[in-house]
Amino acid sequence: MSTTALTGGTVIDSSGSRQVDVLVDQGTGQIAEIGTGISGADRTIDVAGQTIIPGFVDLHVHLRQPGNEAAETIESGSRAAAVGGFTAVVAMPNTTPCTDSAAVVNEILAFGRTALCEIKPSAAITIGRDGEALAPMGELAGLGVRMFTDDGTGVQDAQLMRRALEYADSMVVNDGTNIVLSQHCEVTALSQGGVMHEGEWSSRLGLGGQPSEAEELMVMRDIALARLTGARVHMQHLSTAGSVAAVRAAKAAGYPVTAEAAPHHFTLTDAACADYDTCFKVHPPLRTASDVEAVRAGLADGTIDVIATDHAPHTADAKELPFDQAPPGMVGLETAFAIANTELGLSIEQLVQVMSSRPAEIGGLGDRHGGPIEVGRPANLCVIDADEEWTIDRAQLAGLSSNTPFHGKNVRGRVRHTIFSGEVVVLDTKPLR
Amino acid sequence: MKNLVTIADLSRGEIEQILDLAESFAETQTRAIPKVPALRGKTVVLAFFEDSTRTRTSFDLAARRLSADVVNFSAGSSATNKGESLRDTVETISAMGVDAIVVRHASSGVPSQLTQWTEAAIVNAGDGWHQHPTQALLDAYTIRQRFGSLDGRKIAICGDINHSRVARSNVQLFTKLGAEVILVGPRTLLPPSLAGWPVKVEPDIDVLLPEIDVAYFLRIQQERLSDGLFPSVREYRSLYGLTLDRSHRLRPDALIMHPGPMNRGVEIDAQVADDPRAVVLNQVSSGVPVRMAVLYSVLGPGQFDTKFEAIEAASLPERQPTKNLVGEDYVADKQVKGDR
Repeated sequence: MSTTALTGGTVIDSSGSRQVDVLVDQGTGQIAEIGTGISGADRTIDVAGQTIIPGFVDLHVHLRQPGNEAAETIESGSRAAAVGGFTAVVAMPNTTPCTDSAAVVNEILAFGRTALCEIKPSAAITIGRDGEALAPMGELAGLGVRMFTDDGTGVQDAQLMRRALEYADSMVVNDGTNIVLSQHCEVTALSQGGVMHEGEWSSRLGLGGQPSEAEELMVMRDIALARLTGARVHMQHLSTAGSVAAVRAAKAAGYPVTAEAAPHHFTLTDAACADYDTCFKVHPPLRTASDVEAVRAGLADGTIDVIATDHAPHTADAKELPFDQAPPGMVGLETAFAIANTELGLSIEQLVQVMSSRPAEIGGLGDRHGGPIEVGRPANLCVIDADEEWTIDRAQLAGLSSNTPFHGKNVRGRVRHTIFSGEVVVLDTKPLR
Repeated sequence: MKNLVTIADLSRGEIEQILDLAESFAETQTRAIPKVPALRGKTVVLAFFEDSTRTRTSFDLAARRLSADVVNFSAGSSATNKGESLRDTVETISAMGVDAIVVRHASSGVPSQLTQWTEAAIVNAGDGWHQHPTQALLDAYTIRQRFGSLDGRKIAICGDINHSRVARSNVQLFTKLGAEVILVGPRTLLPPSLAGWPVKVEPDIDVLLPEIDVAYFLRIQQERLSDGLFPSVREYRSLYGLTLDRSHRLRPDALIMHPGPMNRGVEIDAQVADDPRAVVLNQVSSGVPVRMAVLYSVLGPGQFDTKFEAIEAASLPERQPTKNLVGEDYVADKQVKGDR
């Protein structure tokens, strides 16, 4: 099967909305034709009442391969991504071994070749994510890495972070993209021992807390380092009102910072931990209602550039530990669009911006992802029904792990089909391989 | 009552019923044979994932004096560190057919988590910094013995509140029973937020001494010193310890309490620990009847509204083999103890 026609739907991308059919070609991987009354395709999918948009791009996923293939693999994670409408994901480097060498980057790229979406590895800023010595950023950039991060932990040493920013800024990649350092903002001296947000609930539950300030201090420090070096810093998973305010001020001052937020941080609060359900344990932790409001406001006014899931699969066994011992993280690829569409009150155009176009630009994927939907562009698309109501069921997830915090939640908006490089990888919500 | 996980789940009425029941059981403890057949045929597992001498011994005695079979599951906190999930552990225990699991764990929330995975009754014997409900019940029982009621009493809880399951349970229990609770300690040892806590905070213990009915001191762990939460034991004692001098300023009818084990010379001076107003050993002896009442409340046939007279009446028809059973129980008990 080489060509597929999507007929009767509405196309929405950064250039607006129009009623047209789209023909994609798996042979070339491109959009072959846009127009009305397209016929003669090998397969025709009636998408009347649905919306064709650029496939989503996730700057923050944990695919667990190499190292923890019981929780997720590149293949299974890409399947979850495809079901969620993502056509590209940036894999975090906290693998085992750590993604800090050409060997591991090449292994991830090799597994990624048969995945159901584009797998873009990120790599560690420091060797072993230990925060002590720079990883070979130049060599890894040569293999296609565009984001560097010690995600799971922040680079604690301000001088080392300054050097990393300056060094990365001088790497020449010659393809119109940039290298960006992406920071997990957390001053561990202040968050140490914390397994949830520090506040009313941690005090009541007798659990160690991470104060908001542990995140905000590093956000503020990295804004200062962006000012000092002029190099770009991307702030991962902002979760506090103070972080959002700091980034807003930094952008107003013209500093080169971008930011992301995760669906759980604009929907859930620390009260969700009341029963010690480890599905709600995540870093940065779920915060308070006013933080949730601030993250939403940040997404609405562009302070926060993108939604990134921080998809973090864990086996059931790993999560069935005492709350303070269970690993942090929640899966999110398959539910991100529905949660965002249900909770944020953004238009489809805005959601395309924060879930596709903007992350594609930041991640160095803009030549292939994020639109616009035009003839000759790579056919990385998804088709959504913005009005479909459904209930999230952890037993139905396509990934290997089911640690979603949204089990049982009624949501509106669903990804019906996903097309990656001209191939229909998800049809009627089901992965085809 | 299906489980006892946190004092927050109990109403004032339920608390008073447990304390009344404990009084009935206390009476049986003065008899020549303190054992009653109330829970004969029931199996209670003591699953202590964290070391404990007094709480385990107290639960062990309480269960045996109710004629329950008692099994010690000594896991050590390391069982979960070996990679066995908590759920596997509790499902393994449950699969042996047990009626109640008394659980002690170094991590907050474990008893609450276990209720999701077992049909057995869960009794919390202390979880992390979170709750120690039977300690709170025996403390209230001890105060009630002296004052008749907690209503209107002023209770100061002094020391490491943040890392104390005893404090969290006692604040809830004492205030539910009508007492006024004042927390005393440096900010570094108080919870980061006291939102929703029906308490007052007083940083200066000396202003409280003449006006409180109960002075409750918490154990200071060496770990807090190494974490830098206060500068030295010497300074802690001088600012927050119940020194001999401070004890002279307590009212003559005040109670001095401590959950044990005491650090004499740190939070409480050695001479004060032996002051007649100190009821630390009464607290310990209250433990057995209170835990009998808790075990009976979760496992007994009649739930809360059953008075102890009814327990005795219900057990009468089964009296005839009692002598032999007592003998066998005794042998079995010895064996279990020998295993440890």
